[in-house]
Amino acid sequence: MQVVGLGLVAAVLAVVIRHNKPEMALFLSIAVGIIIFMALLAKVGSVLDVLKELSSRANLSMVYLGTILKIVGIAYIADFGAQICRDAGEGAVASKIEFAAKILVLVLAVPIVVAVLNSLIRIVP
Amino acid sequence: MGSDINLIFKIAGVGILVAAAHWILKSAGKEDYAFITTVGGVAVVLAWVIYQLGSLFEQVKSVFKLF
Repeated sequence: MQVVGLGLVAAVLAVVIRHNKPEMALFLSIAVGIIIFMALLAKVGSVLDVLKELSSRANLSMVYLGTILKIVGIAYIADFGAQICRDAGEGAVASKIEFAAKILVLVLAVPIVVAVLNSLIRIVP
Repeated sequence: MGSDINLIFKIAGVGILVAAAHWILKSAGKEDYAFITTVGGVAVVLAWVIYQLGSLFEQVKSVFKLF
């Protein structure tokens, strides 16, 4: 509810400003994104706490869950930055940011892939 | 959330103010002052937004345990 109200207010203000100062409208949209993100991040944190507790109860290794959380965090930040760049009309920079995020996720996922392949080799002699 | 919406109104207010100042200075024939006003407003708002962006990244880092 609050998020929707904030978004509507910010959209109206951005439309008012965009006539004269497009760069201020860009700052406005960045600020709205940050505020909504921060409001939701606390709730995401509580969900992650529950997830961690469940994984420790299931005797899962924290390495795998930590990797997954890192991947989700990278995806969030990269998506945020890419959307702002696309908003500013810089589609090329946005796709570069997404490319970098994909590479970083791939780097983080390599240990898990290696572990899967190791267990596969052990099963299939 | 309550204090955060103040930032939105502050940015919008600075934007409108700078636009008005730009227009007045331009119609008074002081083109370079108008440009300096615009740059100053953008710098002020950029400082606020960068500060907020930094705190957002810190929070994401602590929630997802990045690095």
